[in-house]
Amino acid sequence: MISIQNLSKDFTNGKEILTAVDNISLNVNKGEIFGIIGLSGAGKSTLIRCINRLEEPTSGKIFIDNVDLTSLDKESLRLMRKEIGMIFQHFNLLSQKTVYDNIAFPLELNGENKDQIDKRVNLLLEYVELTDKKYSYPSQLSGGQKQRVAIARAIANNPKILLSDEGTSALDPRTTKSILSLLNRIRREFGITIVMITHQMEVVKDICDRVAIMEDGKIVETNTVESIFREPKTKTASTFISSMSNTIEDEVINPKDFNGILIRLSYLGNDANQPIVSKAIKQFDINVNILSGNINKLQETNVGHLILELTGDDDQISKAISHLRNEDVHVEVLQ
Amino acid sequence: MIDLVLPSVLETLYMVFFSTAFSLLLGFPLGILLVITEKGSIWEKPMLNKVLNTIINLLRSFPFIILMILLFPLSKLLIGKTIGTKATIVPLSIAAAPFVARVMESSLKEVDKGVIEFSLSMGATVPQIITKVLFSEALPSIILGVTLTIINLIGYSAMAGSIGGGGLGDLAIRYGLYRYQTDVMIVSVIVIIILVQSIQFIGNTLAAKINKK
Ligand SMILES: Nc1ncnc2c1ncn2[C@@H]1O[C@H](COP(=O)(O)OP(=O)(O)O)[C@@H](O)[C@H]1O
Ligand SMILES: [Mg+2]
Repeated sequence: MISIQNLSKDFTNGKEILTAVDNISLNVNKGEIFGIIGLSGAGKSTLIRCINRLEEPTSGKIFIDNVDLTSLDKESLRLMRKEIGMIFQHFNLLSQKTVYDNIAFPLELNGENKDQIDKRVNLLLEYVELTDKKYSYPSQLSGGQKQRVAIARAIANNPKILLSDEGTSALDPRTTKSILSLLNRIRREFGITIVMITHQMEVVKDICDRVAIMEDGKIVETNTVESIFREPKTKTASTFISSMSNTIEDEVINPKDFNGILIRLSYLGNDANQPIVSKAIKQFDINVNILSGNINKLQETNVGHLILELTGDDDQISKAISHLRNEDVHVEVLQ
Repeated sequence: MIDLVLPSVLETLYMVFFSTAFSLLLGFPLGILLVITEKGSIWEKPMLNKVLNTIINLLRSFPFIILMILLFPLSKLLIGKTIGTKATIVPLSIAAAPFVARVMESSLKEVDKGVIEFSLSMGATVPQIITKVLFSEALPSIILGVTLTIINLIGYSAMAGSIGGGGLGDLAIRYGLYRYQTDVMIVSVIVIIILVQSIQFIGNTLAAKINKK
């Protein structure tokens, strides 16, 4: 669907050159919700803005359905953009227009007639549950309502792709959830491919299928959300996971404070139904002390984390660990 | 007194009305061009932007009276004479046009960059962005700018009166200054004050009323 190849974007500020996007390649599949997470300044916005060429890439190619976006002239690009909706952190609604006129705006740009526009706008208003706010102005809406107007407007042209640049970052956690579920519904019902920029792991966890982790203009890790939660390969990834509220804070548990061996187990939801730990205790001559545990609910499944202290015979412990590994549990020894 | 003042009021209104209209006609497109040709804007043209800026600054640095005298030939060309209410409209419009351009420029620049960005992301053309986004988003501020222009033109028209333009300024100078009829001067000044105050009030009210932000 979207294929980004060796994309770079430099900003020149006088003599200084800042490489905001540094040779990034990635593929987004059709109908997928693809997350890009990174700290502020990582280059996420620059990257996503390159996808509809709001930012001109310095080098590299971007293909959308095999059309090379970087080779398009101005006019073809303008038409192509109608197939790529976009939402923003600060909504960017037209402040002097009603909710209705905001949603009608992209259709007016196409020169559609009033009846067509009216039909479509009313349908969209219903879809985002804002029919009662039809004649309100943006200043009279809550953040969540504003973003729903922005979403309705972004999908008015039936785009193939929806780009979200921190679309939930200005919202409180509950509103964030409702916006995410709206986006998920849009993906399900219209098959729109969604690229989500965020700095919040909660967003990735709730809605994304795959995620790329971005740092200093580069993508350091790309994987399914399940795998990232289960086995983050980079420090950045694990920092994002542990920055979530209610995840285990590895730092809080200092292995030096314990006599036994500390291990961190990660397992997917399906395994969670099996008494893997108690089986291991019974099978091997070890003692287990549970230090912390939690479960993260992902889109399709759950990822559980447990930190255990194992005491007993070294031999028995290492046997228990390999047993757990055979049970498809990811085991990390924390010492 | 009424017989004396009323025709002058009408002359002033006539001058101000037409010079406002013409200066907007000239200055508004200039203001739009200034904004859209700027670096990073929707129709980047750095050279054109520089040229426009230089011309506008040049015109604005002329003292109004001098500009008027310099523009006498143009009045002659367009209207056929250099004195009178009609002839004064030419220099007034041209003198106010660069001012209008700056006022419009600052109004349009207040429009949230994010909104323009969004319009681009929706595949809007440059003319569409100007008419459907820039203009409508900036409208309350544009109204205040027009108000300011009208008030400035009332002032300019009074000055123009001294070099044969007619209107309230002319009246105040002729009767107040040359004939020591202070009462006529005071009435003229009061009428000008009332004009300015009412226009400011109307402008403010209108701008506040249509602003949905
Ligand atoms: N228009 C620009 N001109 C110069 N530098 C920019 C511009 N836009 C972004 N940058 C720089 O590029 C880097 C990445 O910015 P951005 O893509 O906004 O990061 P993120 O969205 O991840 O916070 C930052 O260092 C930022 O200062
Ligand atoms: Mg950003």
